[in-house]
Amino acid sequence: MDIDREVLNIVVVGHVDHGKSTVIGRLLYDTKSLPEGAIDRVKRIAKEKGKPFEYAYLLDAFEEEQKQGITIDTTQLQFRTDKRDYVIIDAPGHKEFLKNMISGAASAEAALLIIDANEGIQEQSKRHGYILSLLGIQKAYVLVNKMDLIQYSEEKFNAIKQEMNEFLTSLHVYPLKYIPVSAFHGENITASSDKMPWYKGEPVLKAIDLFEKDKGLEGKPLRFPIQDVYKFDSRRIIAGRIEAGTLRAGDEILISPSNKVTKVKSIEYWVEKDKVDQISAGMSVGITVEDEFFNQRGEFISHTYDAPITSDTFKVSLFWMGKNDLVKNKEYKLKLATQEVECEIYAINKVIDATTLENLENANQAKTNDVAEVTIKTKREICFDEFRNNQNTGRFVIVDGYDVCGGGIVTGLAQERQSASKFVKQDDEIVAKCFDEYYYVLTEGGIKKIEGVPHSFNIGDVIPSTGVTYEYPADFNVVDIKTGLTAIIRKSKLQDIISLKHLAYEQSPFIDSQGAFIKIYSEEDFNKFAADLEKLQQSESSRTAAFANQWFDFMKFRQIRYLTATKSLEIEYQI
Amino acid sequence: MDHLDRLEAQSIFILREAYKKFGKLGMLWSIGKDSTVMLWLAKKAFFGHCPFPFIHVDTTHKIPEMIAFRDRMAKEYNIELIVHTNQEALDAGMGPDKGRLVCCKALKTDGLQQVVTKYEFEGLILGIRRDEEGSRSKERVFSERNKDSEWDYTNQAPELWDQFKTDFPKGNHIRVHPILHWNEMDIWAYIEREKIELVDLYFAKNGKRYRSLGCAPCTGQIDSNAVTVAQIIEELKNTKVGERAGRAQDQEDSYAMQKLRKDGYM
Ligand SMILES: Nc1nc2c(ncn2[C@@H]2O[C@H](COP(=O)(O)OP(=O)(O)O)[C@@H](O)[C@H]2O)c(=O)[nH]1
Ligand SMILES: [Mg+2]
Repeated sequence: MDIDREVLNIVVVGHVDHGKSTVIGRLLYDTKSLPEGAIDRVKRIAKEKGKPFEYAYLLDAFEEEQKQGITIDTTQLQFRTDKRDYVIIDAPGHKEFLKNMISGAASAEAALLIIDANEGIQEQSKRHGYILSLLGIQKAYVLVNKMDLIQYSEEKFNAIKQEMNEFLTSLHVYPLKYIPVSAFHGENITASSDKMPWYKGEPVLKAIDLFEKDKGLEGKPLRFPIQDVYKFDSRRIIAGRIEAGTLRAGDEILISPSNKVTKVKSIEYWVEKDKVDQISAGMSVGITVEDEFFNQRGEFISHTYDAPITSDTFKVSLFWMGKNDLVKNKEYKLKLATQEVECEIYAINKVIDATTLENLENANQAKTNDVAEVTIKTKREICFDEFRNNQNTGRFVIVDGYDVCGGGIVTGLAQERQSASKFVKQDDEIVAKCFDEYYYVLTEGGIKKIEGVPHSFNIGDVIPSTGVTYEYPADFNVVDIKTGLTAIIRKSKLQDIISLKHLAYEQSPFIDSQGAFIKIYSEEDFNKFAADLEKLQQSESSRTAAFANQWFDFMKFRQIRYLTATKSLEIEYQI
Repeated sequence: MDHLDRLEAQSIFILREAYKKFGKLGMLWSIGKDSTVMLWLAKKAFFGHCPFPFIHVDTTHKIPEMIAFRDRMAKEYNIELIVHTNQEALDAGMGPDKGRLVCCKALKTDGLQQVVTKYEFEGLILGIRRDEEGSRSKERVFSERNKDSEWDYTNQAPELWDQFKTDFPKGNHIRVHPILHWNEMDIWAYIEREKIELVDLYFAKNGKRYRSLGCAPCTGQIDSNAVTVAQIIEELKNTKVGERAGRAQDQEDSYAMQKLRKDGYM
């Protein structure tokens, strides 16, 4: 058995009647992937219905679909080439079945967008193109079908190619190929067509073998959303699927958003042969941990040094499939990985007509089939990543009533709400700039500060004591020069926030909120510093530099590293 | 991870979702290869435990070896077994002679519906696969049925990114399909790899074996000399005949399966 073969899921999309089902039927037929009798059965059905033979009947299995000659729901079929196995997903092209198209497309990694050469680009050609970009499907070919109807004309093919390319490029979808085909007649499907000698590229079947599969989820930061906790026997097993990264027995892990740290005690299994000491992305696993905290479904397990974002407000791009409009001030349910939380739409920033890319300004709702950019507020903090960093933990669905009505991707945090990390204890706050990173940027010829992902650290929370360009000890104190408030960090956790005045001297080092070491080596130094600080707070700010030069050593816990350019760190995911 | 690892991981994820989401959950066990693979997957998902009952809708027309195998495995695997028969229909003389589709509807579909009602199941796990036939190729992983077990197949709920349908009105139930994405060959390759025990009927005796198991009167045998799983895999590689070609109810008319399944058939 060649069970090591790769499998690629490809969705076929496009406007109704442009030939999606026919392309698939033809691929299955030409690769001899159909069971005996399938073609005869289709011939018989066509005859019963008094209609001509259609390859599409191979996929449009429902009586309603065959009667009306349309695809209502998505189908998945398998076939193989010498290179690998394929799951090919047929999607309906009618606007009213968009939710079924999305259901099919969501499980694909690559896409074929079909355009009828005779009819040209239509509404759903564009809408489907948009949906592909929202689903993060970047591997796509455009198939210009029914070339037989335009006498296999290169000129007309080029015109369609140019028009579609303009539209897709504005969505950041860059089709890798444009292939002229006649699906019904089998031209350029499995073999190069002699009717179109001007086309120098591969036929469809050879072209799909050139799609390259995504790799490397194992190497990303660990994301292990807890699916359930089992206590069937003496073991207390945390079960779930690893969405990204790799985990080993003995690893120190962080559980978010509750911010607890523990170690992996064991990786569990039922049959002996499944025993492993390392688990990674894609696996459904179970682990036990050293400290048995109360864990629950929805929490994220990560390594301590690469935690997910935790927030209750964030910006998203979404598509809406609900019968009722998406509106503000209404309660919805949001599902992201294994988390479920009540949410509301905090702001509708933009509603976009997916077929013209026109923005509807000041829209108060998104209607069915609309695409929108909105800010979501959840009832409690949840864990996620931006979609551009991690697809599996950066996308979500919205449930209205009983139904999934929308799906979307997280594009970023809501800037207006939180711009910097903070230490928080009730009403006391210290802006924590000490976790910012400093780089010498070669292309800019200067030092640049890059702020960490904003996060509020509450009492008991683990703080990132080690960054790329800084490293603090496990125990230290952070003094806010403006207010004198001091954050006490012990074992890399925020233990308390108290005023420096009420603090008794201890040997752990002091830093200011920017991360500079404060030159306190003894109780005497400590008292002197406290007195100087009090004086400074009462006097003019012009003396701050002198104070800083006397007390601060900015580089003690820092190191400046080189970076080619900052751009890669800053661009937002765009659609 | 290889291909079978990926299939297995996805099935386990689905089983765990079902277990977490449905208070009243059961798994349909037809004693065939697919549902026996599911039983194995459940043991893996729950680390050797089966935290829900297994249901066998017994038409009383099953091949006797199947019943013996069922009872032995239930003991060995330590599972809770619910066996249900539509006794009223049988008493009224129901059988394949009344028409195959009529019989299937009464003894299987209605029998299943009685179990759902009696135990108030919210979730029912079934071992169907997309590659079996057309209407199954259109199924969702979590597929809603109304209180009469009917399937509104022209208006299915969206299903994306493994966010399954878990909200529905009381009285409805969800059919959970953990091996929807497997094909017949995957099933056999997995049985071979995991060394899962199957009922003997799949292996050739006197030049014949069953490829798909149903009720005795409606399930035909195929010509075969395959006596091991490896030989079956070899045989399947070289066949073009559909898996369910030996199942009479499928051949009754062009939309037989769609019609049966609309009314709640598995
Ligand atoms: N002339 C011609 N007709 C085609 C071709 N491909 C598909 N068709 C026809 O176009 C119609 C719609 O095809 P179908 O596959 O159902 O379209 P879908 O709605 O995109 O799935 C059917 O009648 C097909 O036979 C082609 O290459 N040439
Ligand atoms: Mg179609």
